[in-house]
Amino acid sequence: MVQFVLNGQTVSADLPSDTPLLWAIREHFQMTGSKFGCGMGLCGACTMHVDGIASRTCILPIAAVEGKNITTIEGLGNEENLHPVQQAWLENNVPQCGYCQPGQIMSASALLAANSSPNDDDIDAAMSGNICRCGTYPRIKKAIKSAAVQMFDPNADQASSDENNLGEAAQ
Amino acid sequence: MKNIKDSLGKAVDGTGRRDFLKMMGVVGGGLVIGVPQAASASPYLYAGDDGFQLDGLLQINDVGEIIFYLPRAEMGQGISTGLATLIAEELKTPPSLITIRHCGVHEEYQNPLYGMQVTGGSTSMLTSFMPLRKSAAALRFVLLEAAATDLKMDVGSLHLKDGKIWLAEKAYSLSDFFTTARTVKFPKNAPLTPHTKFRFIGKDVPRVDSLAKVTGQATFGIDVGTTKNRRLPSVIDNSDQKIPDLKKAALVRCPVIGGKVKTYNSAEAEKVDGVNAIVPIFNGVAVVADHYWQAKKASAMLTVEWELPELAQHSSADIRKSFVAGFEQEGQEAFKEGDSAAALTSAAVSHSAQYHAPYLAHATMEPMNCTAWLQGDEADIWAPTQGPDVAQTIAAEQSGIDRDNIRVHSTYLGGGFGRRANQDYVAEAVAIAKKVGLPVQLLWSREDDMRNDFYRPAASVEFKAGLDQAGRLTAWEAKRVGPNIMGYTVDEAAGVILPEFLPAGMVEWISKRGHGVFKDWTVDHSGVEGLWEDYDCPNKEVRQVTVDPGLRLGFWRSVGHSFTGFFKESFMDELSYKAEIDPLQFRLDHCGNNPRLASVLKRVAKISRWEDRKNLAGRSLGIASVMSFNSFVAQVVEASVEAGQIKVHKVYCVVDCGRAVNPDIIRSQMEGGIIFGLSAAMSGEITLKDGAVEQSNFHDYNVLRMNQSPEIVVEITDSSEAPTGVGEPGVPPIAPAVANAIYAASGVRLRELPLKLPA
Repeated sequence: MVQFVLNGQTVSADLPSDTPLLWAIREHFQMTGSKFGCGMGLCGACTMHVDGIASRTCILPIAAVEGKNITTIEGLGNEENLHPVQQAWLENNVPQCGYCQPGQIMSASALLAANSSPNDDDIDAAMSGNICRCGTYPRIKKAIKSAAVQMFDPNADQASSDENNLGEAAQ
Repeated sequence: MKNIKDSLGKAVDGTGRRDFLKMMGVVGGGLVIGVPQAASASPYLYAGDDGFQLDGLLQINDVGEIIFYLPRAEMGQGISTGLATLIAEELKTPPSLITIRHCGVHEEYQNPLYGMQVTGGSTSMLTSFMPLRKSAAALRFVLLEAAATDLKMDVGSLHLKDGKIWLAEKAYSLSDFFTTARTVKFPKNAPLTPHTKFRFIGKDVPRVDSLAKVTGQATFGIDVGTTKNRRLPSVIDNSDQKIPDLKKAALVRCPVIGGKVKTYNSAEAEKVDGVNAIVPIFNGVAVVADHYWQAKKASAMLTVEWELPELAQHSSADIRKSFVAGFEQEGQEAFKEGDSAAALTSAAVSHSAQYHAPYLAHATMEPMNCTAWLQGDEADIWAPTQGPDVAQTIAAEQSGIDRDNIRVHSTYLGGGFGRRANQDYVAEAVAIAKKVGLPVQLLWSREDDMRNDFYRPAASVEFKAGLDQAGRLTAWEAKRVGPNIMGYTVDEAAGVILPEFLPAGMVEWISKRGHGVFKDWTVDHSGVEGLWEDYDCPNKEVRQVTVDPGLRLGFWRSVGHSFTGFFKESFMDELSYKAEIDPLQFRLDHCGNNPRLASVLKRVAKISRWEDRKNLAGRSLGIASVMSFNSFVAQVVEASVEAGQIKVHKVYCVVDCGRAVNPDIIRSQMEGGIIFGLSAAMSGEITLKDGAVEQSNFHDYNVLRMNQSPEIVVEITDSSEAPTGVGEPGVPPIAPAVANAIYAASGVRLRELPLKLPA
């Protein structure tokens, strides 16, 4: 029996100790936002926060998260209350197929929690473990920078509304 | 070419008959296999229960919501937003107010170019632009006529806007007028919104699927069966996924595709907790368990003895030799104009070169998967697929259940790129479900996915060209050696593309002739497309020599253009240096019959400051342009060679895809195409050893990552031509643009993909 905090709630799971956290979350807790991509920690689709650190959960046995604090995409923000990174993703029209994006967003939000104004090298270092086959990297880079402004720049509101001219016609 | 253009025109305006084989497969005509007019007479899977049904695509439900049944697969290309925008324009209602649902299988959802319900060939916008707007305009007309009758008002005093019918300031639900609407005679040609009044077409309408995708709520194939309720109305997801006792399966296949199980030992695997059953199917041994991890773990404990297929005799080094030997063969004529042989002997300057491209995997982020639930003489299939009708047919073949009793539920696709046009994973899931008598979700590992793809064909080309004194092409010859896709496609899709009145046995027989047809009878267009079309030359000859070791093949984003673009644009660059003419000018000199290609070339040269390229410190530019899928794309790459490594800093891209329906999605597709193409150019390579694919995961099949991703600048040509595809055309120019930049930087001409500098 492993006990940990999942998106703010204490939970326990009676699963074989070698079960990767990803499969425990997807199948036992029925939260399918985190994705399976490679099973070797190479692609980042399964990224969650473990005590705030972006972690590849397809290779993280559940026994290793006893007592830890786990956040998944479902716990980061929801449609009524989006995390600024999710908001920036919308404003920059980032997702294409969308499969890797929960993992990308978890890596990006962990980066921004530790670094309020990441430069290109910081972003490369934090995000190069997350593969996107649709090729959304240039937009992810832009979105991370605009999220940083939104989260940490006191004059952010003006800057953000000037930049976001997407979709005026449709709203 | 003429035939293709004619059928394209008819398909685009909705009047043509279905021409799958003519469009996709054949150069020079001659194939006479018929195509069915109606694949299925069954009603729509989801639509039609209540409310007002215009057709399989458009419905107003009983609370007045507009529902659009998306007839194409959303695999990231943005087609759900694009097609909803067309509906939105004619119903004067923002896409965000239109409810989008996946559709089932029905002939109304077929792609008119292929006569199949397939998403591919960058054809969705091209074939939908007029028909969908006509449908929506007809719906608007009917609703307004009905409202005018019911309200006893002149129709001119009413208008439809934002999902309501308005009489002055008063809004009526669209559901208020159903009874009368059913009696209104359908207009043949309801007036379309003039382009000067477009409110959504041509604007950066936000993607309708983004909110679901950034919150983790979008349902992909792998997510089917989740019991948690979704909350977002924006999620395109209409299938009932409450599947009691859904089991998870892993499948152990032969290391060489096509191998069969001789014997197996499952004693150890059976001891793993949660394992329900271990069953052999047509291509392997499946482990079915309560949870995926149990199935995966147990599958590693199986020992299987295989009967190896003929493919096991082939390895990459030998395959290369057989391709090069193929240059000595005469091959078949794919295209001929003038007399290139005579022109070559009289040319002032002649030049020849050989180029090579490897097999490639698609490596979609979501590994192949399928959920199958067989119940008596009915079945439900959930699949992330580009071809639900082929999936249905294949499920019928595997299960013995009548095709019309199989409901195929589409999901979002975690990447497609052509891979999900094949339905082998559906066949496997159905075979397993049939054996165990339980609903089963089969999930492939990354290793399964890498080693059991329908690969982009490897190809080699030998060019011979002649120039006159002025540097004009007088002779152009290309001989392409390699295997063809179409035989593999015909094998799989025969049940859908062949008439239903043919006995099943005959369909089977004809399907197995697929390879024969394309080897001996006619040339598979997808192997040679792009080798002659773009540039002027009075004497051209393109030939195909088919050499096929037997590794199965499929459509890979931009198909034949993915290698012929590299071959042709690299060789044009070589010729420009031979002629001592600027590579841009040399291309323009041969674009007399291709003004749209000339136009994107000139624009990309302008925005990349091509004229000043000698002044770029430490960086070199390379240019390339390719017309593919009726769109015109030119790219300039800014690259350098540092410490023996190729670095791509920046890419400029200009695209002419006719009228831009959603400019930001077009930019996304160009960015994505460039990055997809760069992955292949820099490192993509699938190799065989004794028939087995040697690559297995992202450590040995490298794809581009954030730190290798260049800055990308995209410009869209302002155009009022009919909209054409954007999913694929961004890919072909990038590899040659990089190779041409490397030549400019180092004087080394790289004639093989992936691009590797000599040590």
